[in-house]
Amino acid sequence: MRYSAFSVLLNGLRGNRNWASAWRQPEAKSHYDVIIVGGGGHGLATAYYLAKEFGITNVAVLEKNYVGSGNVGRNTTIIRSNYLLPGNNPFYELSMKLWEGLEQDFNFNAMVSQRGVLNLYHSDAQRDAYTRRGNTMRLHGVDAELLNREAVHKMLPFLDFDNARFPIQGGLLQRRGGTVRHDAVAWGYARGADSRGVDIIQNCEVTGIRLETGHVTGVETSRGFIGCNTLALAAAGNSSQVAEMAGLKLPIESHVLQAFVSEGLKPFIDGVVTFGAGHFYVSQSDKGGLVFGGDLDGYNSYAQRGNLATVEHVAEAGKAMIPALSRVRVLRSWGGIMDMSMDGSPIIDRTPIDNLYLNAGWCYGGFKATPGSGYCFAHLIARGTPQETAAAFRLDRFQRGYLIDEKGQGAQPNLH
Amino acid sequence: MASLVPCPHCGQRPKEEFTIKGAALTRPAAGADASDWFDYVYLRDNPRGAYEEYWHHTSGCRRWIVLTRDTVTHEVAASRDAADRPRSEART
Repeated sequence: MRYSAFSVLLNGLRGNRNWASAWRQPEAKSHYDVIIVGGGGHGLATAYYLAKEFGITNVAVLEKNYVGSGNVGRNTTIIRSNYLLPGNNPFYELSMKLWEGLEQDFNFNAMVSQRGVLNLYHSDAQRDAYTRRGNTMRLHGVDAELLNREAVHKMLPFLDFDNARFPIQGGLLQRRGGTVRHDAVAWGYARGADSRGVDIIQNCEVTGIRLETGHVTGVETSRGFIGCNTLALAAAGNSSQVAEMAGLKLPIESHVLQAFVSEGLKPFIDGVVTFGAGHFYVSQSDKGGLVFGGDLDGYNSYAQRGNLATVEHVAEAGKAMIPALSRVRVLRSWGGIMDMSMDGSPIIDRTPIDNLYLNAGWCYGGFKATPGSGYCFAHLIARGTPQETAAAFRLDRFQRGYLIDEKGQGAQPNLH
Repeated sequence: MASLVPCPHCGQRPKEEFTIKGAALTRPAAGADASDWFDYVYLRDNPRGAYEEYWHHTSGCRRWIVLTRDTVTHEVAASRDAADRPRSEART
């Protein structure tokens, strides 16, 4: 069924009793052309673009839990393409362009809202660094505006401009950045892939990868063996675990990142604002809750929950930026497991095993990359060559010395 | 992760006092192959379960400690001074 204003009206008048399921609940076939491990945003987007753009429809997406139960439902919903390095910038801009046409493309309301992403700067040195990044973005055809203190004050008068330690001098604004309803992204891609023949198999955990003479023949799952010609891994925080089933050791550590949402407030913050003197970012959801987050907890973790010390740190950074936050009550907090790569940038590549492909290492930038990641991974699987904007995301770049270290932190995943 | 972390010298201390380095790996000899160094610097087992890692008691005794911690339950099974780690385990 195609969704439209008319179908919403008609079904509303009929008491919303006639909506069909957005996707099927099929039994797994014994063999597929492509199996994608991980029914999160990236896995579903990969399946969608494989079917829609590259004509490969005999595809299964295996999800150990339910669609949207992992990081695609656990992030702070921000999209942006304000990257500095040449390996990253064109890719994230491709992703941004896909976001801009996404809802029409997959006929689902993902509430893509380009409300602007503002990075605050607090010193002359930071202004210079932001100027450089903004200029680099513009050279790549991405929008960027450097705002002075007055311009930021006009937008967000309630920020702590005269903070004794971190006075706000201005900010770098990407107006095309914004937020997206994260669950709807998973649902939209799932529906779009399913309607083109992709089988989405939930509650199906991959427990082993069957290899014969260095070639993947299929996967062992909690629902039995399923054969495939090509295996694609998009398991985010569990990438190391899945890759280990094929004997691969990845340049990845799994870390927990927390996010928070406050009680609903009247309209307060219309865009996304990030603190430049600490790690804190905040936006306001359409329901009114402030959605915010900060740094990783810092220790390796597979538990989807964090530590109070980090909660306190995030709250302090938030209050340093917006003093009024001190009276806001936090409604919920949660944790997601990030696949932190050794240089802070992702991997979309083949592996040493011929028909095994890897999509991992998204650190905590995975959500904004969802469409681009799906498109480029599908391109790689279908054509065998990297999509041009994702050509730098190679698995062997660490060995060759071609790191893409946006933050310049070195091989220390908990600092990226 | 519990909010208190055991230090072999100071007892249970708040987590904020520590800096986390990460995996307690065996450092290759200075003249080891580039592939050994690549493995040491970039590749991780990233296990689900027991994990040994270096923590620094930055705001306490300033000693490096080796914590044996579970990455799923976050329980700390052991905490010892890094100097007590057998040299053969710390370096080849």
